[in-house]
Amino acid sequence: MKLITAIIKPFKLDDVKNALQAFGITGMTVSEASGFGRQRGHTEVYRGAEYTVDLVPKVRLEVLVDSAEAEKVIDVIVKAATTGSIGDGKVWSTPVDNVVRVRTGERGTDAI
Amino acid sequence: MNFNSGDTAWILVASAMVLLMTPGLAFFYGGMVRGKNVLGMLAQNFVVMGIVSVLWITGVYSLAFSGTGKFIGDFHQFGLNHIWQQATGFEALTIPPLVFCAFQLMFAIITPALITGASADRLKFGAWALFTGIWLVLVYAPVAHWVFSPSGWLFQLGAEDFAGGTVVHANAGAAALALILVIGKRRGWPKERMRPHNVPFVLLGAGLLWFGWFGFNAGSALSANTLSAFAFVNTNTAAGAALLGWIVVERLRDGHATTLGAASGAVAGLVAITPACGFVSPMGAIAIGFIAGVVCCFAVGLKNKFGFDDALDVVGVHLVGGVLGALLIGFFGTKMTNGANGLFYGGGWTLMGKQAVAVGAVVAYSFIATYIIAKVLDLLIGLRVTEEQEVAGLDLSQHAETAYETASFNDGSRFSITSSGN
Repeated sequence: MKLITAIIKPFKLDDVKNALQAFGITGMTVSEASGFGRQRGHTEVYRGAEYTVDLVPKVRLEVLVDSAEAEKVIDVIVKAATTGSIGDGKVWSTPVDNVVRVRTGERGTDAI
Repeated sequence: MNFNSGDTAWILVASAMVLLMTPGLAFFYGGMVRGKNVLGMLAQNFVVMGIVSVLWITGVYSLAFSGTGKFIGDFHQFGLNHIWQQATGFEALTIPPLVFCAFQLMFAIITPALITGASADRLKFGAWALFTGIWLVLVYAPVAHWVFSPSGWLFQLGAEDFAGGTVVHANAGAAALALILVIGKRRGWPKERMRPHNVPFVLLGAGLLWFGWFGFNAGSALSANTLSAFAFVNTNTAAGAALLGWIVVERLRDGHATTLGAASGAVAGLVAITPACGFVSPMGAIAIGFIAGVVCCFAVGLKNKFGFDDALDVVGVHLVGGVLGALLIGFFGTKMTNGANGLFYGGGWTLMGKQAVAVGAVVAYSFIATYIIAKVLDLLIGLRVTEEQEVAGLDLSQHAETAYETASFNDGSRFSITSSGN
């Protein structure tokens, strides 16, 4: 099993969510995040003084998948999240030892 | 005494409107500070409403408006004794003396409150409260007496200040400059940028100020008639013109017209028209407002050049705007509205000379007296919070409260926001 984590532009969340649902993914966790990559931050101006804001708002999306599906799911996310401009984000996967569905006690891939 | 119920009703309403300006100011300022200091700012403004309300009734009204002294009033109306008598020189008023006293109280409240913008984020709450009371007696009362009381020396000189450009704005601005020179910069300024945490609050506050300012300026006619209508229309006109002036400069200089700029411009225009609103024509008000918007937009950059940490630009907006408005009466004053003719209406330089004396006297006295008061208080009790308290924020360290669940991304903390010049 894998945990796919994606950091994406907030306005792309709906596109990514819809694409994942269309692919057959049944659950995900979404949280608001902030940070920066090569994009760095943006500039704001208050009473003529420029402020560089390093941490820009992003959405962090997490999905648990069967290892066999991981690459496909990553492709789905990347395709839906792309705008082509700087700051589109990143997607990565990490191995997961075990998963338990709390209600039923199911374990492993059954719990996904 | 012959009271006019229309005049009386209007001044009662105007008084309430002027009171609302102080909470409005608190939000105007509160939005501009970091999220960890917003309650500190609101508290500093609200406590002024408490302190001045009590002191004014107790004795400061008498010091400002009673008696025939040139420089200060007397104790004749201490504790509102003899309040059935009109203040000296106001015998022709058609409103009860107590209404005049209430109206003037609201001016005395907002004037020290204006100072809090400059000293934001670093004053001890108790020290500020003590400073307010002392400043009201030693600075506000005499300056109000000089300019507003017909027995005051600047009034008798013929200097014009319809609603307090010198008494309120130049006075508070000069005091703000003196106070921040005593207490020093916020930690991290100017390297660490301190971004406004809630610009919508700033706009809300500016809206309340603009509304209340009709009471402030049109109420200063002390009657409901054509003169108050001129003050009303001039006030609105100047605010609008200044708003435009400020955002035009921003658009041309910085690339964007900002909401903070629109709010700041409107306030700068309201400040500048305050002394002039009952002496100029509405066309003059457009000129005064536009000039104030443009000049103040540049003036807020002075602190970076000279290195004084006027946190929310009280000097750039209130001192510069107040002085500007008082001096521009020397150009735009017209008998058609009220008062004397200025340079553009054939009055020559006479009025300008008187305006300059009034501005110079008020600014110099306010600066020097405030500097001494602040210095003495700083030596006796200390005005500033400790470094630890300043980093934690005034909300927590001074009031044991926080405004928001999480203020971490709003507080302009050093890792998230850096300076990129100015």
